[in-house]
Amino acid sequence: MATPLTLKELSKKEDRFTHGHRMCSGCGAPVVVKIAMMATEYPVIVSNATGCLEVSSCISEFTAWNVPWIHTAFENAAATLSGVETMYRSLKKQGKFDQEVKFIAFGGDGGTYDIGFQSLSGAMERGHDMIYICYDNGAYMNTGIQRSSATPLGADTTTCPAGSVIPGKLRNRKNLTKIMAAHDIPYVAQASPSHWQDLFKKVQKAHEIKGPKFINVIAPCNRGWRSKTNDAIQLSRLAVNTCYWPLYEIEDGVTRITVTPKEKIPVAEFMKPQGRFKHLFTPENEGLLQRVQEEVDKEWAKLLKEAKTD
Amino acid sequence: MAKVVAVTGNEACANALRQVNPDVCGIYPITPQTDMMQRFASFIADGKVDTESILVESEHSSMSACIGAAAAGGRVITATSSQGLALMWEMLHIASGDRLPIVMPVVNRALSAPLNIHGDHSDAMGARDTGWIQLWSENGQEAYDNTIQAFRIAEHMDIRLPIMVCLDGFIISHSIERLEYLEDKQVKDFVGPFRNFLPLLDLAKPKSYGPLILTDLYHEYKRAQHEIMTKVKDVVLDVAKDFEKMSGRKYGIFESYRLEDADVAIVILNSAAGTTKDVIDQFREKGIKAGLLKPRLFRPFPFAEIADALKNAKAVCVMDRADSYGSYGPLFMEVASALYPLEKKPLLMNKIYGLGGRDYLPSHAAQVLTELNEIAKSGKVNVLKEYIGVRE
Repeated sequence: MATPLTLKELSKKEDRFTHGHRMCSGCGAPVVVKIAMMATEYPVIVSNATGCLEVSSCISEFTAWNVPWIHTAFENAAATLSGVETMYRSLKKQGKFDQEVKFIAFGGDGGTYDIGFQSLSGAMERGHDMIYICYDNGAYMNTGIQRSSATPLGADTTTCPAGSVIPGKLRNRKNLTKIMAAHDIPYVAQASPSHWQDLFKKVQKAHEIKGPKFINVIAPCNRGWRSKTNDAIQLSRLAVNTCYWPLYEIEDGVTRITVTPKEKIPVAEFMKPQGRFKHLFTPENEGLLQRVQEEVDKEWAKLLKEAKTD
Repeated sequence: MAKVVAVTGNEACANALRQVNPDVCGIYPITPQTDMMQRFASFIADGKVDTESILVESEHSSMSACIGAAAAGGRVITATSSQGLALMWEMLHIASGDRLPIVMPVVNRALSAPLNIHGDHSDAMGARDTGWIQLWSENGQEAYDNTIQAFRIAEHMDIRLPIMVCLDGFIISHSIERLEYLEDKQVKDFVGPFRNFLPLLDLAKPKSYGPLILTDLYHEYKRAQHEIMTKVKDVVLDVAKDFEKMSGRKYGIFESYRLEDADVAIVILNSAAGTTKDVIDQFREKGIKAGLLKPRLFRPFPFAEIADALKNAKAVCVMDRADSYGSYGPLFMEVASALYPLEKKPLLMNKIYGLGGRDYLPSHAAQVLTELNEIAKSGKVNVLKEYIGVRE
């Protein structure tokens, strides 16, 4: 490994996603992007779906991207990047280009789980050599916190508001990580900015694997989660320790849990500091809160069963 | 030397694309384009081109991938029809807004609903305001010649804009015609090597494609896009001049047929122009001074030149193979706008014909020319917009 995995060493590296972007203070996404961009020495070309990250990082004549970067539309970061990567292969094959380049697409959960799902699935099936990184904050945060298919059960959003009759979102979130694994691509992983070394290593490993890779990273949004601006890392750690967001990877079909919580704590610990779940902590919604815990337990048990034990 | 062949329009275009040998091609099937792209896929499979294909899961992704590939830095093609072009619509704006010289034959076909796979111009007309250059083609030969010229036009350093080459579905795409192919080397030399402009793959100088532009600059960007369009006409004419030197075939921004001294004229696009020319000859024999104008460059629309070409006619019928429901046909609206500034202008009418592959017959052209002749005499237009060849 070229760089020892310490913050001291990493801080000496040139930023590929620089300061001066306009993401909200306390947002989890830029932390995810910064770590992911550090995790390789290769030149990287980035494709970005429309969303918070895109509108905040490249406005008018300013950009926070220290690498070639392309944004076209909301639903097609994967398709756009598959074009860039194909041109790269074509020019390489013809002897017109000789450098080794890596490709990363970034999309939020709306641009990945929902409208961008077809484009992502297509690019993965075609086998383009790229990593698709979803920063998942569980709603369309940029447009004012609307429900996406990544919105967790029970959450209050502006399009599935917790009202007097309906207590927020009534459906489970889509398990996109598993769906991507079902594409039989060589590498799929789930990561969190709280466990930044794990995230770093996953991106680093993904770059060394030829073909399509997908990494799903939880990215707290204090606007949409209605949490404190200094809570992003703590909340993503709670997501891991409650097993709401297990950290695992599926490499060539083999599942491995990369971080096992010392003690699996109740999911309510992750939910309580967030305003979007406030309504669940009332006596009448006890049942729904119970259901959230059951769903987390069920998924964690499934994962434990699937995972390879060393 | 040129080789005379009997081929379909799709085959001719596929062959033009082979001769150009682009770097990347987006491929998704749709009738009546499918045959063109599967022929091109065979060229890839047989190693006759260096092209890398992207076998996408939709036309939206096809255009997205083409945009990514063109921004990366290289020559990019795709082709589509109908619903496919409609699905690309969002990305068409992005290709032109990012100034990416993608070349795309569009095999014109009707739009749903009701579902119809046959030829009309609704698809390309729906994309007329997307910032793409549009060249239209009467027959396989023109589709082939336009496809070759399209690369020089789109990639011109003053322009760098995407371009559609329109040809009629089935009537041209699937009919076998006599055609003259250029030699591979001629085409290669004519098109020349691709010249890069701000490629993403220039790693030493990172570029950002597609930033957020707010009210402070968006207006200026869009105005600049219009300014670029004003340069297209001269480039099209220059490229046509070079093409004529090589092939002996002459192209302009439109074709005038017996228009010089015409009292009555039809303005019509693509394959129906051929049928109309025959009927014009018959009317000339009867002593009626009839003529035709066939636009080739539809975007940007050459307003002044078309007004000048039509200004001496007494009556003109603009015929549209597409409609704008609740309005006039799209070609009519352009021609009417072109004529409006003239002090003395011809009487004008609009006929909608041939939708969804309905035959356009010589009798239809004759019916229109007879009516135009009466209007020229009476000075009065009875019905401004009318459907012809329609079952009542």
